[in-house]
Amino acid sequence: MADVILKAKNISKAFAGVQALKNVDLTIHKGEIHCLAGENGSGKSTLIKIISGVYVPDEGEIELNGKKYSRLTPMESIEQGVQIIYQDLSIFPNLTVAENIALNHELSNKRKLVNWSRVREIAEQAVSKIDFEIDLDERVENLSVAEKQLVAISRALLHNARLIIMDEPTTALTKKEVAALFKIIKNLQKQGISILFVSHKIDEVFEISEKITILRNGQNVISGEVADFDNDQFAYYMTGRKFKDTYFEFEGRQEEPLLKVENLSLENSFEDVSFELYPGEILGITGLLGSGRNELAQSLFGLLPADSGKIYIKGKPVKIRSVQDAIKNKIGYVPEDRLTEGLFMPQSIGRNIIISNIKSLLSKFGFINKDKMEDEIEEFINQFNIATPSAELPVQALSGGNQQRVVLAKWLATQPSILILNGPTVGVDIGSKYDIHQILRGLAEQGIGVIIISDDIPEVLYNCNRILIIREGRITDEVPGKEITAEELTNLMAGA
Amino acid sequence: MKLNQFKLINFANRDNNLFRLIIMLIAVFALMSTLRPSIFPKLDNFTSMAYQFPEYGVLAIAMMLSLLIGGVDLSIVGIANLSAILAAKLLIKFVPYDADPGYTLLMIGVAIIVALAIGALCGAFNGFIISKFGIPDILATLGSMQLFTGIAIVITKGRIVVGIPYMYSELGNAAIGGIIPVPLIIYTICAVLIGLLLNKTSFGIKLYMMGTNPTASRFSGINNAIMTIRSYMYGGILSAVAGLIMLARTNSAKADFGSSYILQTVLIGVLGGVNPSGGFGTVGGVTVAILILQFLSSGFNMFPSISNLIKDLIWGSALILVMVFNYYSNKRSEKAQISKRIAETTNS
Amino acid sequence: MKKLTRSTEFYIFLVFIALTIFIEIQSGQFFTSNNIVDMLRAMIVPGIFSIGVLMVLVSGGIDISFTAIALLSMYSATKILMIWNYEGNVIMAFIISGAIGLLLGLINASLIAFYNLPTIIVTLGTSSMFIGFMQGILHSRVISDIPKPMLEFSRAELFRVYNKELGVSSGLPVVFLILVALIIIAWFILRYTMLGRGIYALGGDRTAAERAGFNIIAIQFFIYSFVGLISGIAGMTRAIMMANVHPTNLMGMELTVIAAVVLGGTSITGGRGTITGTLLGVALITVLSNSLILMGIPTTWQKVFTGALIIIGTGLSAYQTMKEKNKVHGGMKLGKKGSKETQKNTTGSSAI
Repeated sequence: MADVILKAKNISKAFAGVQALKNVDLTIHKGEIHCLAGENGSGKSTLIKIISGVYVPDEGEIELNGKKYSRLTPMESIEQGVQIIYQDLSIFPNLTVAENIALNHELSNKRKLVNWSRVREIAEQAVSKIDFEIDLDERVENLSVAEKQLVAISRALLHNARLIIMDEPTTALTKKEVAALFKIIKNLQKQGISILFVSHKIDEVFEISEKITILRNGQNVISGEVADFDNDQFAYYMTGRKFKDTYFEFEGRQEEPLLKVENLSLENSFEDVSFELYPGEILGITGLLGSGRNELAQSLFGLLPADSGKIYIKGKPVKIRSVQDAIKNKIGYVPEDRLTEGLFMPQSIGRNIIISNIKSLLSKFGFINKDKMEDEIEEFINQFNIATPSAELPVQALSGGNQQRVVLAKWLATQPSILILNGPTVGVDIGSKYDIHQILRGLAEQGIGVIIISDDIPEVLYNCNRILIIREGRITDEVPGKEITAEELTNLMAGA
Repeated sequence: MKLNQFKLINFANRDNNLFRLIIMLIAVFALMSTLRPSIFPKLDNFTSMAYQFPEYGVLAIAMMLSLLIGGVDLSIVGIANLSAILAAKLLIKFVPYDADPGYTLLMIGVAIIVALAIGALCGAFNGFIISKFGIPDILATLGSMQLFTGIAIVITKGRIVVGIPYMYSELGNAAIGGIIPVPLIIYTICAVLIGLLLNKTSFGIKLYMMGTNPTASRFSGINNAIMTIRSYMYGGILSAVAGLIMLARTNSAKADFGSSYILQTVLIGVLGGVNPSGGFGTVGGVTVAILILQFLSSGFNMFPSISNLIKDLIWGSALILVMVFNYYSNKRSEKAQISKRIAETTNS
Repeated sequence: MKKLTRSTEFYIFLVFIALTIFIEIQSGQFFTSNNIVDMLRAMIVPGIFSIGVLMVLVSGGIDISFTAIALLSMYSATKILMIWNYEGNVIMAFIISGAIGLLLGLINASLIAFYNLPTIIVTLGTSSMFIGFMQGILHSRVISDIPKPMLEFSRAELFRVYNKELGVSSGLPVVFLILVALIIIAWFILRYTMLGRGIYALGGDRTAAERAGFNIIAIQFFIYSFVGLISGIAGMTRAIMMANVHPTNLMGMELTVIAAVVLGGTSITGGRGTITGTLLGVALITVLSNSLILMGIPTTWQKVFTGALIIIGTGLSAYQTMKEKNKVHGGMKLGKKGSKETQKNTTGSSAI
């Protein structure tokens, strides 16, 4: 067919003897929005890197615009109109918008000197393609995530792009920004540009793409029209497992709340927040990006102490001005970004588990009781089923799901009565997500008060018995998880 | 059963580096002993080495503390000199020439305490400006190095301080039982204390963790500011100890003594397996590295044809070689780790 | 206008003006013709060094070996000229010294570019190697009878000013032009070449620079060998200005120059820094340390003042950045990138 932009056939690639991709096919037509889905480790990134010429496949062939390549170089890939927008956007925070847009272009034209008026012209032309209004002299570090993304898209369009690959583009965007992005994608499609949209967010995939290709364990599982899939099938193809969505049931509410928050306020973040949390409950707090949910989570854990308001734990007023205060009051916090905020990647699994709980492992003279420490580490490794031959291995040797278990183990080692989870399954694939939700339910059954802060609607809907909605820094609604549909919840979040 | 397995892997992973260093130490020893059999493997030589290395050895431990948290403390020598000068000034001022021994001893004790307190204060100052103002460690200690050295110059007007009581250097250069020099004992005490602190206390484990990832440590309830201040403060105290040893050895104090020790201590740290970006390193590794350096340096002195000045060249080259070597060995172990993880994810 | 008041250079400029006015009030002698010439003269060598330091810092590295390179290059260049009995144009002295510097810079460059080693430790090591080589192998000592072309050039002045009141005069040496030329070259490279923008890009985000198609190895090679080259030239300049070769007298200057460049608003973590700011920083430190006598402060206080200036200067800007970070709440927009970098080595391996 003439209008095939990309045809990857029988691609195989192994690293250090381990097969990352095996006989994978992918075909993209002109002006098509194609979704590449798969769990972490399914081979998505390897495939992207092969298409862009970063990796050379061990076997197989790439065909771009009808031209066959067995050893595609990054330059050839760009010449054929392939552009990648990485998840981290690959932009220079210290340079201006104009320079960020024009630099790559000038580089690929092998220019040695910088003509600042041409840089400006190029940038102006690029932003106008997507009707993006921005001060070209602003430093990129001062832009919002959405604006940065538009900078990256404008830049990609300069190269006569035929195929734009977007790697998880919506992760850090608000709903509104996602809508704006989708409009731009549709617009690009009209201009005949194909989009390969890499994502695992089911609703977005269904909203934007026409075709879906799903990878699992480095192999093609299925490829087809969006209309042929439904949610359950999608999840099944990605994970190879069937999941049943069940609601979390909470019974036996006690008299005294575990945590009571009264009129908590933090300037520019949230105002007058009041709520209660009972033992054994899973409370959801949801809101759009920028609604103040993230700040509220950090305030409850002492990372961003609130300006005013009262916090009671088991009826007693407490002050939480620092993380240390929060830990003293038996609060645990699973942060959003596992890699940077939750774990010490090169350090041992054991140390990662006990780090917040060393105090309880000290003997009389202030020295660490080694036996006690090892017992505790072993106990948690067993309890959480962390798959490792040794507690001495660095955490970075674990898979993502196991890493998240280490973070949970760290906080449970402190024997918290309240566990706050901020986006507990961001970037976690469907299989591990399910497992983590089961763990959380188990914790609630043991009487721990769990707060899930998330904008993943099905997550809060099914796992929380009560959901608070935060909008523009205020709690606007409280709804029971079982009695609301996803659509209603979305509307409440947006204030529609 | 399972625990035994844990320990085996532990030894293989952790002690690999120490093992390598000990082999190196033995090799250097064997080499020097073969080349100079009549001088090198003799008790006299060992005694004299035991007098030489403690002062920079203690400084190397101080440097290690800053490297562990991903910093670098350029001010250690400045602190050592400043504390030694203040101790010397105090002794000169309050101990007359004909003072009785009991009083002299008491004042020496006071001077030591004052020096250690100054060291602690200077170190805490470093930690404070780093953690509370957010000045990058290298700039902060660069500035404070100038500041401490500057204060020392102002106090001494740039001149050498001499005339401290004879008893002080006598004590500092004594040898217990005629064999074990006092500086060696001081080094051993410092090494054991810091070793215990790092491995057996919560402070130590937190320090390693903070050195690996300060964001995660904040999220884990570690007070990064206090940890930083404490670690630099201990570094300051150790620097003061080194200053007191130098004061005893040279019987004098000066604002710009031992400036080459900064490089040497970084070299020892890197050679001893301390990761300059933080989080890894042990007192054991550093101690063996110190001994390797001392053996080499004493060995060179036995060759009159090798200029003393060439040492800088050798230390510099050694530092680079060790870094390049580590580069290759890290690359290897990283590869092994990646393939292990891949195997795991594809199996699950 | 808004951009002007927001820039770091503007504030350093204000501080600089305030300092000069203060000195003028204290002494009444700052704004005299000969003092200004003296200050310009004192700025030449640190000024040349600062250009190299600026480039290294902007790229996200740090080089502390440049004084060692300068010393070894100037010493061996002078020796070569002496053995050669050279009597021709003084340019040759600069060429030899610069070439030796370039060679030494290439050593740094290859270690840093090929092995990706921490720059501070590499240059700490090479600086010790260079000094050790000079002292141990070349047996360096003070050379006071420098070759004739150098000696003659050391007397060459652009102009000389007389202060009738004090009855003293000061001349601005011709080597001042070297500083001027290097400033223009560096400004052009940083501002108008892809190479220069690549240095900023590398300091801003290394991975992004790689993906954009910058040749990181080539850029690093350029930076560290350029630093070597200009350090060699700076060494020769110093020898000519002093009319002798003193193998130790630049030692320790590296830290002051780095401090000056950072005071000038260059970020030690890379990506940010300008020539204007750098020169202001150098001017600030030069004026401060050379005006203590004018201010009636004993010279023994010099280090105390520079130390305090470094701490206060860098402290103020660091504190401001920290406060700004805390003002914007929530971790969404900020902080993430920086913290990710602390674990670069760990996240980099998740290729699959």
